[in-house]
Amino acid sequence: MTFRIFIISAVLACLTAVSGASAEPYPSTYNPLPSGRVLIVNATILTGTGARLENGSLLISDGRIQQLSTGAVAIEADDVQIIDAEGRWVTPGLIDVHSHLGVYASPSVKAHSDGNEATSPVTAQVWAEHSVWPQDPGFHRARAGGVTALQILPGSANLVGGRGVTLKNVPSISYQAMKFPSAPHGLKMACGENPKRVYGERKQTPSTRMGNVAGYRAQWIEAQKYIQDWEEYEAKKDNKKNDRNGSTNKIPVRDLRLETLSAVLKGEILVHMHCYRADEMLTILDMADEFGYTVSAFHHGVEAYKIADELAENNVCGALWADWWGFKAEAYDGIQENIALVDRPEGSCAIVHSDSGEGIQRLNQEAAKAMTRGKRAGLEIQPEHAIRWITANPAKSMGILDQTGTLEPGKMADVVIWNGNPFSVYAKADQVFVDGALLYDRNDPERQPVSDFELGQQLGAAQ
Amino acid sequence: MTRNQLTALLLCLATSFGAYAETLFINDATVHTMSSQSVLQDADILIRDGRIRSVGTDLSAPPDALVIEANGRPVTPGFFAGITETGLVEISAVESSVDSSLAIEGLRPEFDVTTAYNPHSSVVPVTRIEGYTWALLGASRSGSIVGGQGQAVSLDGGYQSFLGGKVLFIDVGADATEQSGGSRAAQWMQLEQAMVEAGSEMQWAPELELTLAGRQSLAGFKTAGLVVFNVDRASDILQVIAFSEKHGLNAVVSGGTEAWMVANQLAEAGIPVLIDPLANLPQDFDRLGARLDNAALLNEAGVTFAFSGSETHQARKLRQMAGNAVANGLPYAAGLAALTVSPAVIFGLGEDHGSIEENSVADLVIWSGDPLEVTSVADQVIIGGKMDPMVSRQTLLKDRYLPENVEMPRAYIKP
Repeated sequence: MTFRIFIISAVLACLTAVSGASAEPYPSTYNPLPSGRVLIVNATILTGTGARLENGSLLISDGRIQQLSTGAVAIEADDVQIIDAEGRWVTPGLIDVHSHLGVYASPSVKAHSDGNEATSPVTAQVWAEHSVWPQDPGFHRARAGGVTALQILPGSANLVGGRGVTLKNVPSISYQAMKFPSAPHGLKMACGENPKRVYGERKQTPSTRMGNVAGYRAQWIEAQKYIQDWEEYEAKKDNKKNDRNGSTNKIPVRDLRLETLSAVLKGEILVHMHCYRADEMLTILDMADEFGYTVSAFHHGVEAYKIADELAENNVCGALWADWWGFKAEAYDGIQENIALVDRPEGSCAIVHSDSGEGIQRLNQEAAKAMTRGKRAGLEIQPEHAIRWITANPAKSMGILDQTGTLEPGKMADVVIWNGNPFSVYAKADQVFVDGALLYDRNDPERQPVSDFELGQQLGAAQ
Repeated sequence: MTRNQLTALLLCLATSFGAYAETLFINDATVHTMSSQSVLQDADILIRDGRIRSVGTDLSAPPDALVIEANGRPVTPGFFAGITETGLVEISAVESSVDSSLAIEGLRPEFDVTTAYNPHSSVVPVTRIEGYTWALLGASRSGSIVGGQGQAVSLDGGYQSFLGGKVLFIDVGADATEQSGGSRAAQWMQLEQAMVEAGSEMQWAPELELTLAGRQSLAGFKTAGLVVFNVDRASDILQVIAFSEKHGLNAVVSGGTEAWMVANQLAEAGIPVLIDPLANLPQDFDRLGARLDNAALLNEAGVTFAFSGSETHQARKLRQMAGNAVANGLPYAAGLAALTVSPAVIFGLGEDHGSIEENSVADLVIWSGDPLEVTSVADQVIIGGKMDPMVSRQTLLKDRYLPENVEMPRAYIKP
């Protein structure tokens, strides 16, 4: 019996080893929707690289940005659909690094509450994608607000909440068909009040901030050992001499929790850490040094403005709200200049995130508020720069900047045409393209998808 | 001198002798009067002893007046912050700092949150300097479907700055079925019983809904005062209309996600509505009809409505929410009205508040630009005829962390 199990696990391990890390389970089945060649002309274009083109032209072809220029473009082919964007603005598709769409779906009834596996302070083994309900109407609302890609994260009840997934915001029956091709997983971790409250109230650890840190460190130590065990196994595996000498090269038992954590230490998974207070973020940066990994972004960071220089020096993004504050003690020192101050140092990476089904529909407005507060404080911030907070910078923190997040030739044609300056309360996304496919058109009901859930609701009222 | 510098200078002057300046003169403003005068261009406003003394073009400043150059900027009445817990909560998740709800089971209409109001809460100036000069203190549901009583309050920092009469809060619908034995039908059962008890002399017994004090309180609302029903589903709103008519209550609908579906009935009943204009998600089965043009549709149907719905600390977001309503079909003037004159009228304060007219209380705001726009801010708030210093805990934190390359710890920077 024992022997048979050994054989089976040996076979499994061989399969794993043979198929290797490249055989990502639950793979992306995303295929761009049909698209044609589109030439947008006469637009004010914010490229996401920091540039602003007046009277700009943008050519989309084969789902990619083909060409970008100021002034008229000579196009030979006659199969191009030309969109005159006179008076309108064009930006990269917006990207939200912090969303719970699908895992806390609308309607937000208990049956849809799938975002926190709050049964143990470390649940690195869970994957948010396994909770995502693609029928959440919130995806469609977000698309109408110009959002073309988003990271769905587990909640913050746990020290380590689980893997996040990056999605293309396309209507789909499965999350796999939304899964952003070759985007790395994120790992949701949380500082502060939430984990210590959730577990402290149950008389479990962590019940304090020092308990939080001890909790993370113990996990990293286990992950280091896990990496070592596998490395030792791999090293010995092909060495027949060891077997002859009678030493047993036992295959380590696969552990989903440690698999995730070790992937972080190997740089394959990006850490997205919910952390409000400045002092705690600095502790986490020290911990990252201790175990040799990097934090991709601190999320919420209501006190990030107090350590803006340290964040920039450590190449850590601050994924922030424009003005939320006061809902808990660690959010007490929120100021409206937070994003602008985090943005100020050289090499900074400020991000506007939503964490909200409402906020994700208006990332442009949130960025506009942050820009305005920065200006009022004497920091000169132009729209062509501020647009990066909701495009290039989140893309960078999610490891997809090489594919999207800016309007540059060769990149995915994730594009929004706005009815005017997007930094306005009156701005609306007129058209939203994902990989060149027109997925939303404000003036065309045919291009306004509706979730299965909303179909046929309230027919009783149609009298 | 830039406009910002000018504002700073004015602000500085104002703080120096603002407390003593009893006469203010706003020169050359675009005045959204929210009265029959509509919008006045190049207009001036004279303020003395806390009231607006005159509004019009080509007024002249009295020699003792502090003159504020508006340079054409918009001036509006101070905005309504919505139903909030301002001054009743410091930090939402710190229970000891929250006094806005009662966890005792049973209907306690006598629970009155105004007795807990603390004008020194940091939330008061944070809200006020963004252009909000008054709010409705809300009693929120916790132990029962009756939240208790609240009242409008001027955010001028006074201990007793309450405005108008007491307002009773009642929750109906799915949000409150936990407090009513699992069914919304039981909410009407409980409320009917409470109404029977309210006017009666019967001896108190434990199976009754109300305490003796509660009877008196509720009886009071049968003759005067407003009853705010937190309700979203269209069918529940119709129940509110019927219940209020039956008992002669002056009802206000708050929430009203599906109010647009029964807009004509609301208009006919003369029941005003407070809505969150951003609610467009089917958040639960009471809100399947959520849509961004709720305000526009209510407006078309002639329903009196105001905006509410932000979380207390973010009450300042209300004007952005109004801007979104305008972006979704609501006429601009109606959007502004839903932050000013409409809530004032709804809560019986129209005489003194919500418009810029001769003799109204001088609560007004000079904006850097369109007051509904996210790129505008409140340049200067005037409340009770006085220049607000425009300082909050947040502006001080900003001033502490804005300077670069400081040598000593920032704890030494006390702006």
